[in-house]
Amino acid sequence: MIRLNSKTKLILTVAALGLTMLWFYHLEQNPRANGYLIKILERSAIYAVVAVAMNLMNGFTGLFSLGQAGFMAIGAYTVGILTIPVEARPNVYYISGVAPWLEKIEIHYLAALFLGGLIAAVFAALIGVLILKLRSDYLAIATLGFAEIIRSVIASPQMDTITNGSYGLKKILRFETIYTPFILSAVCIFMMVLILRSSYGRAFLAIREDEVAAEAMGINLFTHKELSFVISSFFTGVAGGLLAMFMGSIDSGTFRVTLTYDILLIVVLGGMGSVSGSVIAAFLVTGGREYLRFFDEPLKIAGVQISLFRPGFRMVIFSALLMIVVLFYRKGIMGDTEFSWDGIANFIYRFLPTGKARRGNGGRDE
Amino acid sequence: MSLETVLQHVLAGISLGGAYALIAIGYTMVYGVLRLINFAHGEIFMIAGYLMIFSMASMPWQIAIPVVLIGTTLLGVFIERFAYSPLRSAPRMSIMISAIGVSYLLQNLATYLFTALPRGYPVIPFLKKVFQIGTISSSLVTFITPVITVVLVILLVQLITHTKIGMAMRAVSKDFETATLMGIQLNSVISATFAIGSFLAGVGSILYFTDRMSVNPFSGALPGLKCFVAAVLGGIGSIPGAMIGGFILGLGETFMVALGFSTFSDAFTFVILVLMLLFKPTGLFGEMEAEKV
Repeated sequence: MIRLNSKTKLILTVAALGLTMLWFYHLEQNPRANGYLIKILERSAIYAVVAVAMNLMNGFTGLFSLGQAGFMAIGAYTVGILTIPVEARPNVYYISGVAPWLEKIEIHYLAALFLGGLIAAVFAALIGVLILKLRSDYLAIATLGFAEIIRSVIASPQMDTITNGSYGLKKILRFETIYTPFILSAVCIFMMVLILRSSYGRAFLAIREDEVAAEAMGINLFTHKELSFVISSFFTGVAGGLLAMFMGSIDSGTFRVTLTYDILLIVVLGGMGSVSGSVIAAFLVTGGREYLRFFDEPLKIAGVQISLFRPGFRMVIFSALLMIVVLFYRKGIMGDTEFSWDGIANFIYRFLPTGKARRGNGGRDE
Repeated sequence: MSLETVLQHVLAGISLGGAYALIAIGYTMVYGVLRLINFAHGEIFMIAGYLMIFSMASMPWQIAIPVVLIGTTLLGVFIERFAYSPLRSAPRMSIMISAIGVSYLLQNLATYLFTALPRGYPVIPFLKKVFQIGTISSSLVTFITPVITVVLVILLVQLITHTKIGMAMRAVSKDFETATLMGIQLNSVISATFAIGSFLAGVGSILYFTDRMSVNPFSGALPGLKCFVAAVLGGIGSIPGAMIGGFILGLGETFMVALGFSTFSDAFTFVILVLMLLFKPTGLFGEMEAEKV
């Protein structure tokens, strides 16, 4: 075991952050050439927020919720409706016009993001009172059902003047630099980490491990489950808002159950109960999905058409990956441990020849 | 609405409900034995639709139908062996994720193999014959779906109550561990449960898609969830309950659409689910002392 002292760790952290910033600065200098990479990074950062929020509920509190897509839809539509420039609205709502009370309201995107999270949280609080009593799999189905209800309400003709029904929204305010989504995502994840480290976070863990024992220790089950659901939904809503700003145009089809499953893949791959695992997996999965696009394109080897490679193959691989992780590698990348510089150091140490020699010596130092 | 249109809608609703009932039985049986919501059940139903398209392309329907039913049954058993049985002692959440994974995999696999575009469902000539009773006219499939459903449910109930395998199934669903101690082969009972459930999903698929005329990789997802709701409505673990639940949902949905609330018809299903879970979690016909949900 190697233990780095805290000064080294601080230096490493600052160095890593600095290098990332420099790299972003470098990417920004030439947005045209690096546009694709920037898009992938931004999407990964946003998915990381949703994944951590899902992990907070599923991995840390042990409540299996599949309502992510619905809460993201709430956040996304809130941000979309409130940030489309007033002069562009007649153009967006060209079918049935915009509701008169909404016509002139346009707010700053930060306020809109916060409001999106807040509305998602309020919905979660109301729903939670009803369904958090349910046991694991019923809870999963009920949350899935609510997400589906939210989606069908958004797409319904009765909501045309607010959400533009099935036509979706476009011309949503977009990010100007790559820093905006990254800083906002980092702030969200940091806040969730703080919550998980507080006494509330400990209570969530206790509930996950054993509800009865937790209750006996004086943890109010309902309050804490509700709290976990509300916090998770708040950040899911904010992430949905970020996604709307990232995509610039959304419709109700964006928020199907498959979106929840994509996030679930990230959480499971990263490890249920590991924040850093979710973040790492978010970047791996999102990046992988983009860079493995060649799976979807016809491939010729020595003039022979390989018929395996055609549209859709990529997603087959990703869903097979989810199965493989669940069946054979249930802990995912990080299990329930967190990223640490000590872990990295030990990982490197294990592959150094001197390290091996020392371990052969019964672990004693010469 | 005139009486005639009402009757027409009732008929359509019962017919849809019959197909739902056949799928719901699969959920209810698997849940009874494994305490698992088989998220992949809707996808089994969808794959059965594709199987029918491909077998009808090369054989007459008299052979195609048995081929589809056998194929679907094998698929269900295979999924259980491959994705659920290795996780027998794992935490519940893992099995559930595995079930979601299978459903996701089958959807993506179908998109990959058959593309996302809907494919026309083959016409089985005798099912499509237009039939008339009094003033109501409809194709034969609409009339025979509820009949087939009721007949199959009666047969299944006989199987559950009078045969050895049925007795084993009831024992396993009452108490997993004691049943194993009594010498019941858990794996074969579970396989049999999946086989029966998938077989009925296959029958349901033929009846459902003959009416809908096209299949796409996602056409199993929503009916799947709805049928789970039907199973909850009737009381999970109860086969006649699942049938009644299916009929209620089918009728409810048909009338929602007829009254012009088609966008809310899916939402309606989930509202029923939540209300049931809150006020009568044992369902309409569930056992009284069922476990807490």
